[in-house]
Amino acid sequence: MSASFGFNAADLIRFLPETILTVMGTLLMVLDPILHRRGSHAFGHLSIAALVAAIGGAVYAYTQAGPAFGGMLMVDGFATFFRVLVLVVGILTILPSYRFLARQDAETSEYHALLIFSIAGQCLMAAANDLIIVFIGLEISSIASYVLAGYFRDDKRSNEAALKYFLLGSFATAFFLYGVALIYGATGSVNLTAARAVISGQGPGGPAPAPVFIGVAAALMFVGLGFKVSAAPFQIWAPDVYQGAPTPVAAFLSAGPKAATFAVFLRIFMTMFEPIGSGWEPLVWFSALLSMTIGNFAALMQTNIKRMLAYSSIAHAGYVLVALTARSQVGTAAAMFYLAAYALMNIGAFAAVSHLSGRGERYQNIEDFSGLGQKQPLTAAMLSIFLLSLIGVPLTGGFFGKFYIFKAALESHLVWLTVLGLLNSAVAAYYYLRMLVMMYMHEPGEAVENAEPLSLGLRAALILPALGTLLLGIFPTWVLEFAGKSAALVK
Amino acid sequence: MHPITTFHYLALSAALLLIGTVGVLTRRNVVIILMSIELILNAVNINLIAFSHALHNVNGQIFAIFVITDAVAEAAVGLGILIALFRNKETVQADEMDLLKW
Repeated sequence: MSASFGFNAADLIRFLPETILTVMGTLLMVLDPILHRRGSHAFGHLSIAALVAAIGGAVYAYTQAGPAFGGMLMVDGFATFFRVLVLVVGILTILPSYRFLARQDAETSEYHALLIFSIAGQCLMAAANDLIIVFIGLEISSIASYVLAGYFRDDKRSNEAALKYFLLGSFATAFFLYGVALIYGATGSVNLTAARAVISGQGPGGPAPAPVFIGVAAALMFVGLGFKVSAAPFQIWAPDVYQGAPTPVAAFLSAGPKAATFAVFLRIFMTMFEPIGSGWEPLVWFSALLSMTIGNFAALMQTNIKRMLAYSSIAHAGYVLVALTARSQVGTAAAMFYLAAYALMNIGAFAAVSHLSGRGERYQNIEDFSGLGQKQPLTAAMLSIFLLSLIGVPLTGGFFGKFYIFKAALESHLVWLTVLGLLNSAVAAYYYLRMLVMMYMHEPGEAVENAEPLSLGLRAALILPALGTLLLGIFPTWVLEFAGKSAALVK
Repeated sequence: MHPITTFHYLALSAALLLIGTVGVLTRRNVVIILMSIELILNAVNINLIAFSHALHNVNGQIFAIFVITDAVAEAAVGLGILIALFRNKETVQADEMDLLKW
């Protein structure tokens, strides 16, 4: 396939969200000297405007759905779903950041610019149909997130989180790339559609290439992507990074990059590697089970709320891997629905943590939430909705997410994985319920007594995801129908 | 005289991957870990260019340029993070970074 560098107007429209974000990210840094004043919220407002515009761009791009730039991008329902999801995650990260950054005297343009760049990378990942684009998107997203994790330069914990995230993240990228290089050698192409044709033996080059090559490549890429979504046994970095990073950044890391990496995961394994599905299924099966078990059991023992949410996010990555193990269109749709529900409930829970953490992030322990129900009923009520959804209680998005995933797994005859997954959900209920008991059945402690009233941004950051969670729990069909329609990826 | 074939390049690249991986997993100095990661990225580049030559296809070389660019960006950010940490802790040993654990 010869490289073609021409492009037309439709290509540019399909690339609209990334363009808007890149321009705005650059603009934020240029405008820094003009807008930078103490207590100014201009950067936050501009970022939210950019993200809303990018959502519009993503929807408009979907009206012109199709491949762009010679098949390197694939703007379809799947891409649009994940683009909108990461953009919403971006908005829900910035809303609690207003108050959080003001409290730490750390409001700067680079925080917002890095966030915007990271989201641009994630939008690119969502639409990538070519391993070069996957790689570039992954790196734009990751490099910006490494810096964000270490945003508090003078805080040793933040430094350490950034370094750990950086070392393990770039190690994972290197593995992923080695797998990509092998795919290129074996199939002669880095385009997912073209490589799939060769792997399934329908390529122009005749019979399928040596399965060993493809198998090793799939394993290496699985390791690389597994690291990025914090799936076991590659999860060790997640608790340290979430604990050390500034809370809104931890919220972002647990939702945005994870959703975008799962988009890439699903697209690569459900298109390019689908012909060798029976080969990688045991690998993903094992990783799914290990993630759920390690995540839930380790979360039981945590005293720090951010570490607990980190282990819970490892467990949730396991549930999504269950959907991938199902290797079906229903499974892909279930994974998409689950990631949307998960992003909303998790980012909401982190917003509550960032509200309570206080100056210098002093209050991070589970005991610090005691008596929240008495002093701040709204915060406690919203946090309760998120925790109930994380457990998977009916009427919340988390319930239908789990329900569809295990339904898809059963349809693919993964009986044991379903049974073990459901047992895991029961274990998980314990540590989420412990938080609820802490909030409603204990007397207020120092953290809650010192808590400031909810600011407007935080109020929005709690109420919007709560509404979303309930909406997904009460009217799941409209999202699920879209996911089901989009899950038939271009092959 | 044996001609150098694609296989030789692949063996070299696999050896670099191995050295890099062992380096990341066993060394304690963060700068050396960084160098080991760079080694793996260069293993990738050798692979890409060897395949590009064997397949008479230019995509691999273009990909290698992207990988080189990314390696530079990563090194810049990595060293920046390390300097920030060194200012606060005065160490570059990975096993002394133990504030975050349970």
